[in-house]
Amino acid sequence: MPLVAFENVSISYDGVYAVHDVNFTVEAGDYLCIVGENGAGKSTVIKGLLSLVPLKSGKIHLIPPMTRRDIGYLPQYKNVRNDFPASVYEVVLSGRLSKRGIFPFYRKKDKQAALESMRQLNILDLKDKPYCDLSGGQQQRTLLARAICSAGKLLVLDEPVAGLDPKVTQEMYDIVKRLNQQQGVAIVMVSHDIHAAVLYANKILHMDQTVQFFGSRDDYVNSAPGRAFLKG
Amino acid sequence: MIDFIVQMFSYGFIRRAILVGVLVALSAALLGVCLVLKRYSMIGDGLSHVGFGAMAIALALNFTPLYFSIPVVIIAAFFLLKISENSSVKGDAAIAIISSSAIAIGMIAISLSGGTDIDINDFMFGSILLVTDTDLYISIGVSVAVIVMFILLYNKIMAATFDEDFVRATGTNVKAYNMLVALLTAIMVVVGMRIMGTLLISSLIIFPALTSMRVFKSFKKVVVCAAVVSVFCVLAGFVAAHLFALPPGSTIVVANLAVFLVFSVTGRLVKA
Repeated sequence: MPLVAFENVSISYDGVYAVHDVNFTVEAGDYLCIVGENGAGKSTVIKGLLSLVPLKSGKIHLIPPMTRRDIGYLPQYKNVRNDFPASVYEVVLSGRLSKRGIFPFYRKKDKQAALESMRQLNILDLKDKPYCDLSGGQQQRTLLARAICSAGKLLVLDEPVAGLDPKVTQEMYDIVKRLNQQQGVAIVMVSHDIHAAVLYANKILHMDQTVQFFGSRDDYVNSAPGRAFLKG
Repeated sequence: MIDFIVQMFSYGFIRRAILVGVLVALSAALLGVCLVLKRYSMIGDGLSHVGFGAMAIALALNFTPLYFSIPVVIIAAFFLLKISENSSVKGDAAIAIISSSAIAIGMIAISLSGGTDIDINDFMFGSILLVTDTDLYISIGVSVAVIVMFILLYNKIMAATFDEDFVRATGTNVKAYNMLVALLTAIMVVVGMRIMGTLLISSLIIFPALTSMRVFKSFKKVVVCAAVVSVFCVLAGFVAAHLFALPPGSTIVVANLAVFLVFSVTGRLVKA
């Protein structure tokens, strides 16, 4: 079942194409990694998907019953304020905002969802701790818990392990894999780590302004761009 | 002491000034939590300078100052917000240019109009004698609007202040909230300028938020503490000013500074 389809999508900054003529689809249950060099437009693809940047041309289809409110988002770690006065619970609960529409307050259901996703990520005991006092790995789990309780169908992760130490990196990969396999959450992940990408993903999108490769992981490993990139 | 405070409140103009001061400080503190956390602290400062320029031009042209300066400052607020959002233009430098230009144009307007009997000092550092009934009604309106907005939009404000991209990505219109905050800040600055003056009004925005963040680390506690601190400092400032015959605006700022230092030390001790 397709969730999202990119159709000839181009996005430009100040008249220069960041990505050009991109086509791919995300199916339910997919684990899609977006790989490529620095500046290849990986994050731009995700920003387009999240409607954070306007499209120059083309169209991104969210295929019903999928809506924007079914997308959970984990931003790049360095882009999130880590000196912000908020408790872990406050941060996670804020993931339920889009579920509330114009109703001003969170309901019991939202609080339960927040607690449940904190339980899943093993941070329930940090509930009342200040977010700014946590370690990098704990902060990243908190943001992941927020993303999970905001949406169940599609999780978009922008370099989720950048800036984390190897042990925490492995933990993050395990958590994401579990969400994908046990809960059936579709994953779209921008990754610097090509080896982890081919290890976990079932589909690869290799970007270099344009799509260099899109298809299954197994085909990618044997393709020309895949072999070149994996070697380098 | 009690007698002294009762006697102080018996003057109509002081009562009016204190009421406006408390209401402005309360709304400034709530808006300030958003502005400071979004790193928009300088917007308040820029707006007060634009407010001065607008006020001076209004006086020179014989317009009613409030009716002229409120729309001008609102336009400036949207403009400054736009600059601060767009990181390709250097936001802080742009605000500095706008601030000094507004003051300069205001001074020239006053000078050209020749011999207006206003005291520039009052505009720069505030005066409780400048507070009118209209100020009182507007500040009641603004603070009620700010408080109602804050309660109804509390969760959205928290989420959008923490991580604007996330909130936008999940389909909430953040721009509208930013505009609302800018609009209310603009009106609050114009009204508050009467008491605090052009140069001191931004302290009402910045101090309470910074002070409460020294000690508290949850969003709810920071908001509540900022509100309490701001009202306390205005009241303490007015009493001290009256007691020692000091300028009220400056005394309120010093009260804020004192509380900030106390909270900083407390924060350190709690951590240690």
